[in-house]
Amino acid sequence: MSTSNFPGGAIVRHAAVWIAAIVVIIVMPYVFTSSSSVSMMSQMGVFIVFALSYNMLLGEAGMLSFGHAVYFGLGGFLTLHAIRAVNDDVWSFPLELMPLVGGLGGLAFGVIFGSVSTRRAGVTFAMITLGIGAMVEASANMFTNFFGGESGVSGNRVTEVTLLPFSYGPQIEVYYLIGAWTIVAALLMFLLTKTPLGRMANAVRDNPERAQFVGYSTTIARFIQFALSGFFAGIAGGLFAILFEIMTAPNVGLIQSGAVLLMTFIGGLGVFFGPIIGAVLVTYMQIALSGFSEGWILYFGLLFVLMVMYVPNGIAGVIVSHFAPWQAGLAHRFAVPYLLAIVPALLALAGLVTMIEMGYHLSLAYDPSRPIELFGMEITATSVAAWVVAVALFAAGLVALRWVAGRIRQRWGEVNQAMDAQRAKQ
Amino acid sequence: MTDALTLSQVKKRFGPAEIIRGVDLALAPGERHAIIGPNGAGKSTLFNLISGRYPLSSGQVQLHGRRISGLAPHQINRRGLSRSFQITNLFQRMTVFENLRCALLWARGYGYSFWHLVGRQSALNEEAEQHLEKLGLQKRRDVPASLLTYAEQRTLEIGTTIAGGANVILLDEPTAGMSLSERDHAIELIRNVTVDKTLLIVEHDMGVVFDLADRISVLVYGQIIASDEPDQIRGNAEVQNAYLGT
Amino acid sequence: MIESVVFSLLNGVLYGMLLFMLASGLTLIFGMMGVLNFAHASFYMLGAYCAYSISQVLGFWGALVIAPIIVGLLGALIERVGLRNVHKHGHVAELLFTFGLVYVIDELVILVWGQLPVDYRIPEALDFTLFSLYGSDFPAYRGFILFMAVAMFVAIYLLLVRTRVGMIIRASLSHPDMVGALGHNVPRIFTFVFAFGTGLAGLAGVMAGNYFITEPGMAFAMGPIVFVVVVLGGLGSLGGALVASLIIGLVTTFAVGMNYSIADMLASAGIAFGQDSVLGINLSRFGPMLPYLLMVLILIFRPRGLMGSRES
Repeated sequence: MSTSNFPGGAIVRHAAVWIAAIVVIIVMPYVFTSSSSVSMMSQMGVFIVFALSYNMLLGEAGMLSFGHAVYFGLGGFLTLHAIRAVNDDVWSFPLELMPLVGGLGGLAFGVIFGSVSTRRAGVTFAMITLGIGAMVEASANMFTNFFGGESGVSGNRVTEVTLLPFSYGPQIEVYYLIGAWTIVAALLMFLLTKTPLGRMANAVRDNPERAQFVGYSTTIARFIQFALSGFFAGIAGGLFAILFEIMTAPNVGLIQSGAVLLMTFIGGLGVFFGPIIGAVLVTYMQIALSGFSEGWILYFGLLFVLMVMYVPNGIAGVIVSHFAPWQAGLAHRFAVPYLLAIVPALLALAGLVTMIEMGYHLSLAYDPSRPIELFGMEITATSVAAWVVAVALFAAGLVALRWVAGRIRQRWGEVNQAMDAQRAKQ
Repeated sequence: MTDALTLSQVKKRFGPAEIIRGVDLALAPGERHAIIGPNGAGKSTLFNLISGRYPLSSGQVQLHGRRISGLAPHQINRRGLSRSFQITNLFQRMTVFENLRCALLWARGYGYSFWHLVGRQSALNEEAEQHLEKLGLQKRRDVPASLLTYAEQRTLEIGTTIAGGANVILLDEPTAGMSLSERDHAIELIRNVTVDKTLLIVEHDMGVVFDLADRISVLVYGQIIASDEPDQIRGNAEVQNAYLGT
Repeated sequence: MIESVVFSLLNGVLYGMLLFMLASGLTLIFGMMGVLNFAHASFYMLGAYCAYSISQVLGFWGALVIAPIIVGLLGALIERVGLRNVHKHGHVAELLFTFGLVYVIDELVILVWGQLPVDYRIPEALDFTLFSLYGSDFPAYRGFILFMAVAMFVAIYLLLVRTRVGMIIRASLSHPDMVGALGHNVPRIFTFVFAFGTGLAGLAGVMAGNYFITEPGMAFAMGPIVFVVVVLGGLGSLGGALVASLIIGLVTTFAVGMNYSIADMLASAGIAFGQDSVLGINLSRFGPMLPYLLMVLILIFRPRGLMGSRES
């Protein structure tokens, strides 16, 4: 029997997950103590909120937006202007609550732009959001007082108006501020999925027609969901503004909008923790890879395209699909094929990375014949042998991977059959 | 007493083709009315016109004496008219229980609330459980709608249609594609859940029609050629001619 | 005043025709396959870069022929290997796929050709002044672009109206299921149309790469504006794309030339008002925003565009 007949059990289980999340946020800076990791983890918090707010659209309500950074960025700009006003003694508002300014700004613009865009669905909606995103980005040229022109708007987050006895100058204090907001915002967005609005957002995503015939206007359901999503995006923007103390026009732009779509999709739509995985992973890779390689965008693009083709439910979707075999006690049957897959996957990846890195080195380096360091080896990008080896690695890995993929699919078939048999016995 | 549902001179054209050519129909409260007719007569189109899925070309539809033609589907639904679909039309990724609960939300006044947790609304959940029981789907409570058998999906389709408490129900071929035993079960269910409600049903299966309906209308080429009690319809020469083809 | 209007007109039409070269392929692909190819401008950039490399060996005229073919073949490959597999997951998945392609193609261009602009030049044969007007020169290459764009429009039109393939494509635009039912290999038509559309984008790249600058940012500069054009003209409508291209080309060109604000105009009419408000903003700054405003308004009030026959 399902546990949902006993809501008490579900509540305890959920509470445990949230408490664990809080503990992780508190402990992390003691594990990763360097200032660069604290900064990276702060960014992860910002993008977790942003990606979760994006998932309210694409994952929960099936609305593909190419302009979500509008609410994130405008929220950030508003927050920074508010902080400047406090610093100029024009206004008094505690820094801890500043993200609310961003949130309300995101909500306001969500109401304005949402009221025109949510009347349409599907590809038309996507195009309207693209248009609004491009329009707002282009308008930064016009409203230079607000957007600060080329150099953007900057401010000092140490306002000396705070609720708690912290200055929020040190990185670690900002980290905990962001952590607290991340938990609160994530919890609210989680609870939102359990409300009538959240349920009807799913309903409108799955079957807009039926939703109308149970009494709901699909336009209004989409609109409220959109506006609320703008609110949380604005909070994320406010946190971003506090963290970096600068906002520039590209923060409202198409590239930022694309980035949140990327991380949400890679993490996994439709599973609540999917965007969290995506935000953490993409932020980590972005920072770690951009130090290591010129081509991190290429790696992202390739990862994204491959996932659209082969893993449309994202990382979280893959994880969730293993719950049923796990509960049925059949998960171990995947061990051998999965282990088998690791070797060719690593081979293909090594070949691909070598080719890409050599390519970048050839076209970007001042002296292409200077060897590059990769996997602990020195590789000369100008040598034909290196290219032959890389291509061979890649091709051999792919061929082997195809073979293993067949075995994995076969094993899934067997496991599904076994689970059906178990069910039939019950 | 006002009629529950009234159609006056309802017409619908798609481009040059007139599909519904002036239909008049009146359903008394509590009546079980069936529409029969050959393929392409416009039965499903008529349903789509009544429920607001398509706009009328001319004419009027009234629900309890108030005009509903011209309203959006969700507004018509809120006034107490609910319909099922010929092709199963459920929230496929939601569980059976969730489907029923979603069908109840508006009727129980939750609107677009984002401050209630549905799991905590005990009256709402209890009502959804009752519907589950009425449909005999308790064992499939937490199965996604997409994984149900065909007959179960049709049952849930009827369930979500009546759950909101509408008093005028439109069912579009509810038993199509069912086996004989499934069909009998479905008729029994429809009879049970539409007590004290007004029912308009489109059906191909004559057994179902004559078993269930108080009155029958015959729709041929967008016009109602006869509207009477089942026995009268059975004996009507015009119907025999136009429809039964004998 | 007159000469600036005439030159703005000429440049606006020129920019519009370049936009049309890009938009025609995009609108064909959409009309036929229902796929909004996000990466269309990336194929345009590929065309310019390929033309640069080929012109090093074969000169401009060789590049003009070969580069679009290479880009088209690449498009066919991508359609076969990627897009076709995604098709079953629906239009949103297809949109996401082409969206990801943007990142991949744009980065591959940097990988192969580097970050800096490449020296892709106008061919010497066309590097002369066609005519002078009010003391300003009109280069021959601009005339060539106009000629190519018109020739392209006529060629596509004839292809669609006069040939069997064109008839099948037009039929697929309106009745995709019917064409499949009549026994035509719809997937193969899809591959052909995608290759043809991306090839046209490549051709636009060949023509525009040396007129503008061939650099890695050129796709991003062009991408959103091409969407505006096809949305404005009506998705899937070739004539609409032509009209919309010209409108956008003229509007943006004229807006750039407007070196005064609404407040200035009021002031010249004797009303001193709003110098410090929005009205005081120089009109030329509205230019970049205007196309998107148009697009949003069109999508809200007339989603099938100026000349489109159906909503997306």
